[in-house]
Amino acid sequence: MSWCCCNSVCTSSSRQLLATSDLSSIPSRVSNVGLKQKRSLCGVPKVFAYYGLKTPPYKLDALEPYMSQKMLEVHWGEHHCGYVEALNKQLEKNDMLYGCTMDELIKVTYNNGNPLPEFGVAAQVWNHDFFWESMKPGGGDMPKLGLLQLIEKDFGSFTNFKEKFIEAALTLFGSGWIWLVLNREEKRLAIIKTSNAVNPLVWNDIPLIGLDLWEHAYYLDYKNDKANYVNVFMNHLVSWDVALGRMARAQAFVNLGEPKIPVA
Amino acid sequence: MAATPSATLPSTFLPCPGFRESCRTLNWRTHKKQLVRKAGAVKVRAKFELEPPPYPMNALEPHMSRTTFEYHWGKHHRAYVDNLNKQIVGTELDDLTLEDIILVTYNRGDLLPPFNNAAQAWNHQFFWESMKPGGGGKPSGELLELINRDFGSFEAFVKEFKTAAATQFGSGWAWLAYKANRLDVGNASNPHPSDEDKKLVIVKTANAVNPLVWDYSPLLTIDVWEHAYHLDFRSRRAEYISIFMEKLVSWEAVSSRLEAAKAQAAEREKEEERKRREEEEEYQAGDEVREMYVESTDSEAE
Repeated sequence: MSWCCCNSVCTSSSRQLLATSDLSSIPSRVSNVGLKQKRSLCGVPKVFAYYGLKTPPYKLDALEPYMSQKMLEVHWGEHHCGYVEALNKQLEKNDMLYGCTMDELIKVTYNNGNPLPEFGVAAQVWNHDFFWESMKPGGGDMPKLGLLQLIEKDFGSFTNFKEKFIEAALTLFGSGWIWLVLNREEKRLAIIKTSNAVNPLVWNDIPLIGLDLWEHAYYLDYKNDKANYVNVFMNHLVSWDVALGRMARAQAFVNLGEPKIPVA
Repeated sequence: MAATPSATLPSTFLPCPGFRESCRTLNWRTHKKQLVRKAGAVKVRAKFELEPPPYPMNALEPHMSRTTFEYHWGKHHRAYVDNLNKQIVGTELDDLTLEDIILVTYNRGDLLPPFNNAAQAWNHQFFWESMKPGGGGKPSGELLELINRDFGSFEAFVKEFKTAAATQFGSGWAWLAYKANRLDVGNASNPHPSDEDKKLVIVKTANAVNPLVWDYSPLLTIDVWEHAYHLDFRSRRAEYISIFMEKLVSWEAVSSRLEAAKAQAAEREKEEERKRREEEEEYQAGDEVREMYVESTDSEAE
């Protein structure tokens, strides 16, 4: 069940898609082909591609001074782009994985904890898309409405949640991600740390916020000062609007409370 | 001098009876400790020190910049050492060598908290010593012979090493190691159980793990955590690995480590042989005693 079909699904006839008649049945995540992509894809001899590189929903300098344009150029333009190209290359060899949505691909290649080679790059493509969308210029501050209520219900207070989130981020060793998720079974929010490329989709949980803690995500701007990066993310970058939207969508799949039935 | 460690360590930490003896014969460059005595205090605290690389910080330019060293050694490596000291002070680990702490806290894969800092402190020191200004080129002598024997050719070895380093997903290390152990190692699961004895092998490890925990003798390593190459190479890990192999590797260091590893393996074999002979002699002595008793009961019966 892929609840998280991204809201910019489009079937535009970008030159990145395979030239077959079955194209329209593949949910494509391609958006405008940016200058960076053209340059990097020019080196690829074949026109086989299954997934495209999505651009962040803001200009590359929009997150200054908290995340520099240079940082984004490298993180999105080299790392994220590299994952997409590597994924497409790997999928060329494996017909069986053709035609999945990104979510399905991740679950299938996770293979219940015994990941296939494609898992790392596939999950990293998804994770980075999710990460760009989890931030916005002028972000930070506090969540509102239902999300704030849920955070207060499950963590006591927003301050307590923030402390726990930052603590989780600082105690993660090696490369990985920190997530605020809605746990489907327990119907409550949780903070989860994952290693390398793993994300909560593999446990069927619903992520609301994701923070990249691979060193490439912050090294150019913050060097080894991970604490500063995490605090800046929480105070100035995180997009609670997007998180609220994700939570609203999640409620179509998870019953978070009893409906209020008016008594006659 | 540090107090004898074995007396204070609870037996649950020791993986197998022969562990203590084999640790004493370890020929690694054991990290020196500085004993700190506070005036009037009874307790003696031992601290690990952050040692500088064996060359100035700009010596590996332009292949590894001074800025990288300032952060990689000056911040990351320093933090591992400082945090380790904080974690072990006042515990049983306080008196051990760095290698012993690593082996103990690896705990068969169920890592105890000091493992990451201890292993990273060791790994980074090993890494600085694996490089030198004007490095690269080809090894010679016995090392080259073994490489040709175990990998086919030097080029094949380089290709395999580069592949291992490039395909270590996430943070970690790639190693060339000398493998002399025969049986399963008590401390951890052996990832190459069917290989012959005494081979050169290439292994890759995640995060802080190193081949000491499998009882291998590391000879060469490359750090593929992103902090090692991000400032100089951004996302281009393959280029960093190539430059490392072509311009930075210190084959002299690798050769001398190989010699030490072989010497250690030979010493261990002698030790095992000696023990086996002792046990046989004891068993034979026991037989003689039994024979005497049998004779005496026979004579009594008569």
